[in-house]
Amino acid sequence: MDWSHSLRLIAPEETLSIAGLILLLLAAWGGDKASRLISILAVAALVGATALVAPALCGGAMGADTSAFFGQFRADAFSSYAKILIYLSAAVTLVVAPAFFERTAAMRAEFPVLIVFAALGSGMMVSASDLLTLYVGLEMNSLAAYVLAAFVRTDGRSAEAGLKYFVLGALASGILLFGMSLTYGFTGTTSFDGINAALAGGLSNGAVFGIVFMLAGLAFKISAVPFHMWTPDVYEGAPTPVTTFFATSGKVAAVGLTMRVLLDAFGDQAAAWRQIIVFIALASIIVGALGAIGQKNIKRLMAYSSINNVGFILVGLATANVQGASAMLFYMALYVAMSLGGFVAILMLKDEAGRPVEDIQSLGGLSRTRPGLALALAIVMFSLAGIPPLFGFWGKFLVFQAAVEADLMALAFIGFAASVIGAFYYLKVVKIIYFDEPVNAVTGESDVWHKAILVVTCLIMSPLGYLLTRWLSGLTDTAATALFFTS
Amino acid sequence: MIGVEHYVVVSSILFVLGVLGIFINRKNVIVILMSIELILLAVNINLVAFSAFLHDLTGQIFAMFVLTVAAGEAAVGLAILVIYYRGRGTIAVDDVNQMKG
Repeated sequence: MDWSHSLRLIAPEETLSIAGLILLLLAAWGGDKASRLISILAVAALVGATALVAPALCGGAMGADTSAFFGQFRADAFSSYAKILIYLSAAVTLVVAPAFFERTAAMRAEFPVLIVFAALGSGMMVSASDLLTLYVGLEMNSLAAYVLAAFVRTDGRSAEAGLKYFVLGALASGILLFGMSLTYGFTGTTSFDGINAALAGGLSNGAVFGIVFMLAGLAFKISAVPFHMWTPDVYEGAPTPVTTFFATSGKVAAVGLTMRVLLDAFGDQAAAWRQIIVFIALASIIVGALGAIGQKNIKRLMAYSSINNVGFILVGLATANVQGASAMLFYMALYVAMSLGGFVAILMLKDEAGRPVEDIQSLGGLSRTRPGLALALAIVMFSLAGIPPLFGFWGKFLVFQAAVEADLMALAFIGFAASVIGAFYYLKVVKIIYFDEPVNAVTGESDVWHKAILVVTCLIMSPLGYLLTRWLSGLTDTAATALFFTS
Repeated sequence: MIGVEHYVVVSSILFVLGVLGIFINRKNVIVILMSIELILLAVNINLVAFSAFLHDLTGQIFAMFVLTVAAGEAAVGLAILVIYYRGRGTIAVDDVNQMKG
């Protein structure tokens, strides 16, 4: 394993870190006037990094050739798949952000830089094949994310969101780290392969504690019940483009990391963690659905929706096989499209003065004043609810199919029943938009970029999305196989 | 003879104290920052103790990384706290409740 090979494997990370540092200098020099230029360059860097990771996915890279820096880092098809989602959603965040910050002049030159660093950290999380890389990647992502949540310094809600995210995120990192230290102590190694080999003789009590603590920390990061309390507050308080970023890129990174840890490091110990995953999957589906019912703020509703969706994604994880992992990856791609569409639609809900309209009741009769936007919101809601002609259904179908074929009948059945509860609040939003008396709160002009992204994501969510099925499931199968490939 | 289990007990006590410090504390956000440091230091004791008893350097290198990141984390946390204080004029934990539900 020579250095040049390792350095070639981390080319996307090099691109992003060098771009991030240069952009930071530009930000220091040019000040906030340069924020537009910096945004454009950051998007270019993210798209460039996507182009660099794509070959590993298309070529189905796996095995020893993808391991860099003596097993610290792995650039296989699985990580490429997750990184493509992460980088692209980060780029979309940067594209939609300026219109949001325009009114309050809150756009600062550091915003794109922070997004680039957070995306870089997310990419490292899904590529980690050692606890040390995992930790560094996670913190790189988190530290940037805390600042992003508190980005609008004049807004009390944003500062409060940042504070809550910081305290609970740091606690989660601490719990995760404690689990990692126990795992290290009881297996004698920090590399995932080494942990897997060391546990082959059976689990000691200490290692069980390690797994449980690590799972608790990871559940925090993916906002699964019972560690979901921060999600609604942070999603509501953070500026909407930042919320978009958390719900897409941050979610993919955390779920990807959880898959790596559970299916790679603890892959042969599935019996030990399956019960926990089944529990948090069901709890997330149910709590996410019930919690969303009483919500008045649409961003809070989307937060509960994300908790709910994480539950469905975890149903795939409980199977602990290639089919389940592939279904999870498929669901995640869909979820990214749905979240991007949903949050961009929320960004477009503005009043005459450009102030964001977040109260669900103010959307009454939106179909008569803004038919296009109302249709888009309806597509997002139906797709999130998993109602058949829309593409969102296919993701749910795949995870439940994987669960049934893995003989997890109870999980599939309860999850399926609970998804009906979820449909209630999605349909309530659609009802308010289409059948309530017009309130005429949403009158603001929409940005052209917002419209473009909304159209693209709605096309993916629409029945036309099924045209992608074969191609996308080919990619997810490759990625899932790479994750399970052990030398 | 002090064995590795003694270190693990001490670090577990510190860890629990840190977690309780976050949840029981109702006064001040600064105390929460201190509790977070306590948790990270508990982890460091664990890592270094295991490293010494396993005769493996990885744990000590890991501890170095944890220390560095903890410093960065504290800096970011204090910065957020300063913004929060500017807007609200208080850092009492009970007052962090603008959003609910």
